Amino acid sequence: MKKEMEMTCIVCPVGCVMHAEMDGENIQVTGNGCKRGYTYAVNEMTNPTRMVTSSVLVKGGDMPLVSVKTKEAVPKGKIDEIVSLIKQAEVKAPVNIGDVIIKNAAGTNVDVIATRNVG
Amino acid sequence: MIKVDVAVIGGGPAGLAAALSARENGAEKVLIIERDARLGGILSQCIHNGFGLHMFNEELTGPEYADRYIRRVEQSDIEVMLNTMVLEVTRSKTIHCINSDRGYITVEAGALILAMGCRERTRGALNIAGDRPSGVYTAGSAQYMVNMQNFMPGRKVVILGSGDIGLIMARRMTWEGAEVKMVCELMNYSAGLNRNIAQCLVDYDIPLKFNHTVVKIHGRSRLEGVTIAKVDEKLKPIKESFEYVECDTLLLSVGLIPENELTDNLQVDMNPVTKGAVVDETRQTSLEGVFACGNVLHVHDLVDNVSKEADIAGRNAAQYLKNSIERTREIKVKSGENIRYTLPNYIRTDIDKLDIYYRVTKTIKPAVVDVYADGVKLKSKKLLVLNPGEMETINIDIPVDAREISVEARENI
Ligand SMILES: Cc1cc2nc3c(=O)[nH]c(=O)nc-3n(C[C@H](O)[C@H](O)[C@H](O)COP(=O)(O)OP(=O)(O)OC[C@H]3O[C@@H](n4cnc5c(N)ncnc54)[C@H](O)[C@@H]3O)c2cc1C
Ligand code: SF4
Repeated sequence: MKKEMEMTCIVCPVGCVMHAEMDGENIQVTGNGCKRGYTYAVNEMTNPTRMVTSSVLVKGGDMPLVSVKTKEAVPKGKIDEIVSLIKQAEVKAPVNIGDVIIKNAAGTNVDVIATRNVG
Repeated sequence: MIKVDVAVIGGGPAGLAAALSARENGAEKVLIIERDARLGGILSQCIHNGFGLHMFNEELTGPEYADRYIRRVEQSDIEVMLNTMVLEVTRSKTIHCINSDRGYITVEAGALILAMGCRERTRGALNIAGDRPSGVYTAGSAQYMVNMQNFMPGRKVVILGSGDIGLIMARRMTWEGAEVKMVCELMNYSAGLNRNIAQCLVDYDIPLKFNHTVVKIHGRSRLEGVTIAKVDEKLKPIKESFEYVECDTLLLSVGLIPENELTDNLQVDMNPVTKGAVVDETRQTSLEGVFACGNVLHVHDLVDNVSKEADIAGRNAAQYLKNSIERTREIKVKSGENIRYTLPNYIRTDIDKLDIYYRVTKTIKPAVVDVYADGVKLKSKKLLVLNPGEMETINIDIPVDAREISVEARENI
């Protein structure tokens, strides 16, 4: 099966505009500024993923919220579920950068971790 | 009265990196003055990822990026005064500030580094007709409410301007359950990064309407809707295209302005294009011993470049104290065709290589950038595309006898 896509690489802020063509197993990418762009294009064709960044309620801290992120990019289709898990979550201060807030979010094998220290 | 070698005004990424570099290069008493309750500047509220790819080879969120520097500052003997607002600086480098515990304080500095960042343009700068209902916010203040205060500004959102903060907030508000109806952009290109258009708008089917603006705000106490319009080549709204869009929130992402109120009093030469100070390659302003870096100097899109620039300013502030910045010449760096501005504006010391930062006035695809020294071509660089929203660099070798360097960009035919 043949498939073609025009896309902007989101791996880094340079934002290369790339063109990808898939013919069966064979994927050709042009316009990428580096290797990471190639990997991104292949993923976009086969299993697109995104980082989720949001915040979680903190009890007893010097701030009402702690910012969080998925430790790695998660499949696009799982974003909605992860966003609502994050909304329901609540933690107690203190929280440190890197603390796991939600383990294995929505069965993705990816943890949601804190990105700020809240004392 | 406090006496220091280097005083840094602002504890954002620029101030943090500048202070560290001044200290590491030999300045002994370094002080950071920050009006907020914590260090980190605007990064504290930028909880999205995309920071530090060049600096750390890792994609960090804003608070994580700031934390790397904050920890280094905490481990050093750099002094930090939080909750301290600088009210005035004088040409003799005396800083007047107020602190919530200590009251009124003056600081005398050997060298001064300006790192106050920037602020957002507001509705006042835009001239939109209508009442002043609640529900109209700058994108950055909405970001502060949602990410720091846990407060949602509204449910049905229109965004005016496609700056990065607006794009990031489009996705953030969508994730928080709001309906983001559209982003209107006056120009035919976006001021934001391509990657933000892709991951914040395209992913959520939020339309980006180029050559569109908001002409009227409806509602008396609370925003009820806006009238949007297409604009012609002269950016004038076209009557026939007026369209009413119902919304309870309008976010403005229409540009950032360096926060230079303090700088005014120093009477240094300013660049009317960047609205920041004119500097040479040491990031020194026209007033000796006063340096500037980060968004107060020119608005950056990448924090990595802010840190790099601050590193230069800090190192040179330390050199200045040792009397080792020798101004041997004055080469002007000029913006030629299609270049909006360059940084630095002058070369004054005896260096032989320089990174020139520049922005173009319009999208050029594919592009060539040429650098001339007194009319003779020094260097050419080919690029796939040049966007006005993205700062670029070009490295040059400076001829010993050069008097004027000029940067130009053109389409590569
Ligand atoms: C919303 C937004 C999103 C961004 N997204 C990205 C991104 O995805 N990736 C990326 O690489 N970059 C991004 N950037 C760019 C980057 O974050 C900024 O360029 C950088 O934070 C600027 O650093 P700064 O230190 O110059 O300014 P700031 O971070 O604004 O710090 C200035 C500090 O000075 C203090 N100050 C000002 N005046 C006074 C005074 N009178 N007295 C005492 N203190 C004072 C302020 O309180 C503040 O803490 C983004 C910027 C914004 C605004
Ligand atoms: S291809 Fe490489 S350089 Fe281009 S945007 Fe992607 S990561 Fe950045």
